[in-house]
Amino acid sequence: MSQAAATQLETFLQRVPYVRFLGMQAELAGDEMTAILPFAPHLIGNTFIPALHGGVIGAFLEMTALAQLSVAQPSPRVHKTIDITIEYLRPGRALTAYARADLRKVGRRIANVHVEAWQEDRAQPFAALRGHFLLSSD
Amino acid sequence: MSEVPAAFREIAERMVEVTPQAAALGMRFVSVSPARGSLEVPWREDLVGDPDTGVIAGGVVTTLLDHTCGLAMAAAAGSEPFSTATLDLRIDYMRAAAPRAGVTCEAHCYKLTRTIGFVRAEAWDADKSDLIATAQAAFVLNRPAPAPAS
Repeated sequence: MSQAAATQLETFLQRVPYVRFLGMQAELAGDEMTAILPFAPHLIGNTFIPALHGGVIGAFLEMTALAQLSVAQPSPRVHKTIDITIEYLRPGRALTAYARADLRKVGRRIANVHVEAWQEDRAQPFAALRGHFLLSSD
Repeated sequence: MSEVPAAFREIAERMVEVTPQAAALGMRFVSVSPARGSLEVPWREDLVGDPDTGVIAGGVVTTLLDHTCGLAMAAAAGSEPFSTATLDLRIDYMRAAAPRAGVTCEAHCYKLTRTIGFVRAEAWDADKSDLIATAQAAFVLNRPAPAPAS
């Protein structure tokens, strides 16, 4: 399972050009994935603080959900986002960000996913996402 | 009032150039009017989210929606100096954009209180009547503290 999951994840990260644009990476422990977004200057949305762009934070959370789904529900095609709600709790600082997805319900066609992102302290998340995703079949 | 001051228009146009992430996405200014703004991101190979189809990534649409909402906030607040922070952003994806198509977004700040702005936005690829995504957002408005009474 673990090796297959790692291959799925690696394929997902390598194949999607936008993942490389963000510079997003991921680590897998068993079937639990931690997404990693190293800080890079092009991710900044507010130069005065400086802070990560709100859109980048949302995109990182969404890609984390899709990456975790690609591990749990392998499919040759990318799963599709139906709707997402992003909650901004604190500014995303000029530091590495981490995120973990919780697959709350994976049905036959629809998955409900919660994602939380943090920087220095896991207990102090800076953003969260709730979303629904349409699962691609083979 | 259907026009914004020329000075504000200039600031709005520069907003996409000075924001590193907006510049990295190749974001372009389309228009600004009171409480409304419009921006676009042309299609680019490295912004693709589905390599099988060449469709632009949802994350790009998310950032474009967020940024255009910010522009509408600025256009609603007028000349008063302030900064904003996104409280929440809800996005519905109606359909994928067409392969190799860019995305245009229009946002409207339909209510601005002393501290909060409520914004709706729409995104499309070719035809404004055939949307790819809609967004609903709430922003906090950080106005500068009033000068202490002397």
